[in-house]
Amino acid sequence: MRQTKIARNILSGIENLLLHKLRSSLTMLGVVFGVGSVVAMLSVGEGASKEALEQIRKLGSNNIIVSSIKSVEEESMSTTHSHLSIYGLTYGDHIRISESFKDIKQTAPVKLMRKESRLGERAMELRVVGTTPTWFKLVPREVLAGRVLLTSDTEKQSPVAVLTEFGARKILATESTIGQSIRIGGDYFEIVGIVKSESGQAGNIQIPDQEVDVYISIEVAQEYFGDIFAKMTSGGFERERVELHQIIVQVDDAENVEPTAHAIEQMLGRFHKKTDYIVSVPLALLKQAEATKRTFNIVLGSIAGISLLVGGIGIMNIMLASVTERTREIGIRRAIGAKRRQIILQFLIETVVLSTTGGIIGLGLGALIPLLITYFSGMTTVMTLSGVLLPLFISMTIGIVFGLYPAMHAAKVDPIVALRHE
Amino acid sequence: MIDGSREKTNAEIVRLQNAQKIYQMGAEQVHALAGVTISFKKGSFWAIMGPSGSGKSTMMNILGCLDRLTSGLYYLEGHNVSRLDDDSLSELRLKHLGFIFQSFNLIPQLTVQRNIELPLYYLGWDSIRSSQRAKELAEEVGLGDRLRHRPTELSGGQLQRVAIARALSNDPQIIFADEPTGNLDSATGEQILELLDKLNKQQGKTIIMVTHEANLAAYARSKLHMRDGIIDSIEEDFGETD
Repeated sequence: MRQTKIARNILSGIENLLLHKLRSSLTMLGVVFGVGSVVAMLSVGEGASKEALEQIRKLGSNNIIVSSIKSVEEESMSTTHSHLSIYGLTYGDHIRISESFKDIKQTAPVKLMRKESRLGERAMELRVVGTTPTWFKLVPREVLAGRVLLTSDTEKQSPVAVLTEFGARKILATESTIGQSIRIGGDYFEIVGIVKSESGQAGNIQIPDQEVDVYISIEVAQEYFGDIFAKMTSGGFERERVELHQIIVQVDDAENVEPTAHAIEQMLGRFHKKTDYIVSVPLALLKQAEATKRTFNIVLGSIAGISLLVGGIGIMNIMLASVTERTREIGIRRAIGAKRRQIILQFLIETVVLSTTGGIIGLGLGALIPLLITYFSGMTTVMTLSGVLLPLFISMTIGIVFGLYPAMHAAKVDPIVALRHE
Repeated sequence: MIDGSREKTNAEIVRLQNAQKIYQMGAEQVHALAGVTISFKKGSFWAIMGPSGSGKSTMMNILGCLDRLTSGLYYLEGHNVSRLDDDSLSELRLKHLGFIFQSFNLIPQLTVQRNIELPLYYLGWDSIRSSQRAKELAEEVGLGDRLRHRPTELSGGQLQRVAIARALSNDPQIIFADEPTGNLDSATGEQILELLDKLNKQQGKTIIMVTHEANLAAYARSKLHMRDGIIDSIEEDFGETD
């Protein structure tokens, strides 16, 4: 009973608004654009931050990535011919790091080199990643076929290799390829598995894996390829001796990530004369990205809030005019026996119907804009449920807040005076 | 509070006791009602007459529960309603009173049917019952074919018939008519009064009408003349009621 009454109230509210189509639609415009911009901005903002957060999560939020870099001094010296640059993390660093900190769960040493690889007729340059089986725990990727590296491979120094999906496709390796031999540099390896790979960058940290990776045991890499690499540069050959290119460290708890990173940095500082390493913390990036997102949301929220406020004031303005115009109608309703609060309810419902309709239209408009943005620029946009419900809730609230004053105004009308009103 | 039985046709339906209504007009006090004591019987048909400013409209508003007395007492069907709050007065109007105005006072954007249904809407009737009732009443006042029309499409006489149908929809004990023929030509006016007369005689509705036209007041069986906020003279019909 109560519900049908509300439904009838809403229905007659809609009827009343339909009587003045032009006026109603003009009144709604403010809310339409207010809500539209909120929805559009939210979904663009949400999309942008989702993209960033996803990249960071690929790095592993409990991970610390220690990478070798060429120190500034080394950089200036390497211009001379036939100079051998020696820099970066050492096997000793890896042992020290993995043994010194109680909060560290596991570590993976990484040795990187680029080698021409060949499978049958197809050849391409792959990035050879010499590492331990722990890598696959720290950089978890789906295994598409076969298996990943095992501890036994390391122990036996087996010449086995795990390809990435992308690399495998490039050199036409398929599931049947497992067991076949691939030539990497001058040596043959047995392909034992294919895994998925990610690529890209999060903040200023490179994601550990690349699309053209091939994974082999670090001992094998050391024995087959050594620690000295020659690189072709514009000035001729350049030789470097780098033991480890990266050490990926996983900490047991997110809370311990930053203190541990700090401690690692201090310890490395004691053993390295030059700063030929860099410690990156994905978690810090994550936090930074989240803070940026918050700021972004506050700014967007304020802008949207102002436009919604303007929309609300527009509605209030028109409703006040409507109350004056309909004084006689109010008087008639009161004379017939409508109570003050029924008059309030009537006008309030009209305002809420108006603002909510505006909100729904705005939602449609706001949903269209991100679609167009995605279509034309390829930017990720995300419509979340809260991104839909919040503007609707806000538009209803605007109807109530800005409708209350005109409605109270209407209810104050004295029926005797109102009936004489022309 | 009002029982529907009509066995006591001579029962009192409204009574004013030393009723005063004082308006503050700037520094001046205007005694619109300056101590009126009168009672109307159930089923009577009264014409309240008097020149403008005599207090007849104020009297109408007080009796119609649209306004409150400054002092004195007002009994409606034996209950003192002089001190009721706005909500209770609204409820009284909604459940027990019907109104007809000089300028019809229909809501222009609503159809005839919706106008007639308006009191039922506030009474909380469902739409099926309401529209059934609206149809019956429209038939009764001879506008059964105009339910879907809007007020702007009707003549003055038709508009007042719609207003009467609306006034009847809540089955009121008393119908107040404020100059009901003031905006109508005399032939149409007489038709309206005949309709009111029929309601009084056939349905036993108490009718209280304000008018200043003597020929129309002739339809009323009792007359009350007012002057300067007090009763000037009363012609009450004590004759047999049916």
